[in-house]
Amino acid sequence: MRVMVIVKANKDSEAGVMPNEKILTAMGKFNEQLVKAGVMLAGDGLHPSSKGKRVRFSGGKQTVIDGPFAETKELIAGYWLWQVRSMEEAVEWLKRSPFDGGAEVEIRPVFEAEDFGAEFTPELREQEERLRKQIAEKK
Amino acid sequence: MTTTDTHRATDAVWRIESPRLIAGLTRIVRDVGVAEDLAQDALVAALEQWPKSGVPDNPGAWLMATAKHRAIDRLRRSQLLERKHEELGRELEVKEMTVPDLEGALDDNVGDDLLRLMFISCHPVLSTEARVALTLRLLGGLTTDEIARAFLVPEPTIAQRIVRAKRTLTDKHVPFEVPRRPDLAVRLSSVLEVVYLIFNEGYSATAGDDWMRPALCEDALRIGRILAELAPREAEVHGLVALMEIQASRSKARVGPSGEPILLFDQNRAHWDQLLIRRGLAALERAESLGGTHGPYTLQAAIAACHGRALTPEETDWLRIVQLYGQLAELMPSPVVELNRAVAVAMASGPAAGLALVDALTEEPSLKAYHLLPSVRGDLLRKIGRLDEARSEFERAASLTRNARERELLLNRARTCAGGS
Repeated sequence: MRVMVIVKANKDSEAGVMPNEKILTAMGKFNEQLVKAGVMLAGDGLHPSSKGKRVRFSGGKQTVIDGPFAETKELIAGYWLWQVRSMEEAVEWLKRSPFDGGAEVEIRPVFEAEDFGAEFTPELREQEERLRKQIAEKK
Repeated sequence: MTTTDTHRATDAVWRIESPRLIAGLTRIVRDVGVAEDLAQDALVAALEQWPKSGVPDNPGAWLMATAKHRAIDRLRRSQLLERKHEELGRELEVKEMTVPDLEGALDDNVGDDLLRLMFISCHPVLSTEARVALTLRLLGGLTTDEIARAFLVPEPTIAQRIVRAKRTLTDKHVPFEVPRRPDLAVRLSSVLEVVYLIFNEGYSATAGDDWMRPALCEDALRIGRILAELAPREAEVHGLVALMEIQASRSKARVGPSGEPILLFDQNRAHWDQLLIRRGLAALERAESLGGTHGPYTLQAAIAACHGRALTPEETDWLRIVQLYGQLAELMPSPVVELNRAVAVAMASGPAAGLALVDALTEEPSLKAYHLLPSVRGDLLRKIGRLDEARSEFERAASLTRNARERELLLNRARTCAGGS
């Protein structure tokens, strides 16, 4: 299974303060462990929300909102995509990470094909077909 | 925490820590079975202590230190210490006399231990089944129960297989080492074969409520990625990883809603996993950048990459695929590779050119019962309008396949040919 590991933003990350060398080194080591264990599929840090944008959809209207966004704790500062065998394994890996100082990191399982099951209706399938045709016509 | 929670947490810690732990311990006690027992003891100790004292900063080091203490206790208790010392002493003496390789003898590198563990798990003295089970157990960190479920066999069978494999390694005094050249190439290909076997076991199981089997592909990929980090200069390791990543990228697209297989050309490419394709292409680049003649896994990965890069079947670079199959045929001549090459030639230069190659294969004894030969031939005949012949080829293919869905598909094709003649 795959999980997304979501690192929440804090005052520093939102202010664009880069982590100090000690943290960077520790994080580098942790990432190396993940790669060596074949667990890490992808991962990136994100710029503060001041560089981000949001699009709000309402009643057929689309509004673009510029960052920064206020609710710091709900924002994300980075993510990983891991391949693990269970949520428990993901938790064990996360425990080995060098976070501290009240940081909160969230783990969420990624939907796999089998999770869709009966929800993958004929309508959805038809939509897929259309998408496929579009790709074919694009060339 | 409930018992199940604790149990699952234990499995998770085991999965993360056991390969390195067992590898390091095997170097000390020179016996995989004993090393595994010691690792398990250390884990039990951890599960008793960690909840009270907190997880140590470096759990791996804590476990290793604990296990080492127990190793010494155990050696003392069973009065093996003296004997082992003698053995070790003798071994070291012999080593020093013949090959003065102090660096190797004193080597304390975890990565090297893991690589050694990989080589003995896939050692040729073991049966293929035993290699697969032992590799999943020791390198993949799977429980015997997980392995049993993945291979649809009873748990005691797997447990016994693993016990016997460990005993064989002890009885045959299989050394815990990374083989040197020229043995290295052969031994490495045995490791790669085992990993790819695990992958295919998961990949070819398309139907049923067998949710464990995609996990088997993931396990193989994970072991492959670990191996790529351990032996970064071996091109074929990256080739195999590339091949598995790209093949795995199609897993969502290759099974229909009711479990029927979907062939490459008919797959919805929007369902291909672009992350895995990118990872596969990067691994392929690593393999190719290491130079030398490309091995069979690198070549197969390069072929898979041609498909992976094409957004539609029409965009496929068939000329390149023809060329790659040509190289693969030179490296490991096989009628099946030749048949694949014929299909690629037909796509690149037209059905008549492909048919000429396929016709040359019809007398091949090893393909007599291979349903894809008449199936491919029927397809090419149909394309050039020889419909009667095409129909009988499809019918023959239908009689040869063991898969009911495929038979239906082939008979359908046969019927469409009948209509046209």
